[in-house]
Amino acid sequence: MTQPTLEGVDHPAQDQEAQVEHGAHPTEAKYVKVALVLAVLTAVEVGLYYTKFSEAATNAALIGLAAVKFVMVAAYFMHLKFDNKLLRRLFITGFVLASFVYVGFLLTLGVFLP
Amino acid sequence: MATKERSLAHEEPVTPAPEHHHATNTGLSNEKLAMWAFLGSECLLFGALISTYFLYRGRSLSGPTTDIYDIPYTSVSSFVLLMSSLTMVLALAAIQRGDYRRLRVWLLATALLGASFIAGQVYEFTSFIREGLTIKTNLFGSSFFVLTGFHGVHVTLGIVMLLSLWNLSLRGSLTQERSEVVEIAGLYWHFVDVVWIVIFTVVYLIPT
Repeated sequence: MTQPTLEGVDHPAQDQEAQVEHGAHPTEAKYVKVALVLAVLTAVEVGLYYTKFSEAATNAALIGLAAVKFVMVAAYFMHLKFDNKLLRRLFITGFVLASFVYVGFLLTLGVFLP
Repeated sequence: MATKERSLAHEEPVTPAPEHHHATNTGLSNEKLAMWAFLGSECLLFGALISTYFLYRGRSLSGPTTDIYDIPYTSVSSFVLLMSSLTMVLALAAIQRGDYRRLRVWLLATALLGASFIAGQVYEFTSFIREGLTIKTNLFGSSFFVLTGFHGVHVTLGIVMLLSLWNLSLRGSLTQERSEVVEIAGLYWHFVDVVWIVIFTVVYLIPT
């Protein structure tokens, strides 16, 4: 009879996998590069705000840029890219649940309708 | 030679502290797991506040609305908060390699950047109130002040955490073996930053 296991459980056979999941954090130089990219993306966002393109295209680009910044901070500064998958799943579950609940809520109330 | 050694020390991969192997059911630190679960639940809190703002921002009956935003000013505030995430992660890297002096420098820098952000928010709120937009003026004002105010409270709590860590380090209580404390405080701080990334876009940059 096999014992049920939790994801990320510390069993001897899983030590190697656990070591892979606890990969080394990035270098300080990498952190600075990520921060520079984030600063540039913020400048692009502000630039887009002042452009006179179509509103739909601008809004889509702004949301896309915000999503990229969000993922970069979570992946590199919060180390989600390097830490155990269980931690990633905990956060993503909360985020996805919130997104579905509130987008559904806003759709129900017709917020996105013209 | 000394310069080269210092340079190499900064280029080496920054690895987690050796105590990351935990004797728990999951093999992970319970404190870190709890912080991630808390941050997952915070997504629901801020999701509710952002949704309420979306719902109410176009339904103002009187008084000023989104036209009173000062985008250049808020952009600078956003940049300041973004850079505080960099100083926070540099503080973590410092304690993980046992460099306590730099840890204190980066912790203090992060707290000061956070305080600058809060000072900016206080100025913004004051100028809005002077222009006639208060929490009671209209639905837009209520949802705007509640959303950004809640975020400001989170940043303020983060500053208190950072200053506590700085004080612990000064007393010699924050050692390399306890670097996870800084990591957990850092997770909270970065979360506050990612929430602002969303708020800055959906509240300030996307027009009504």
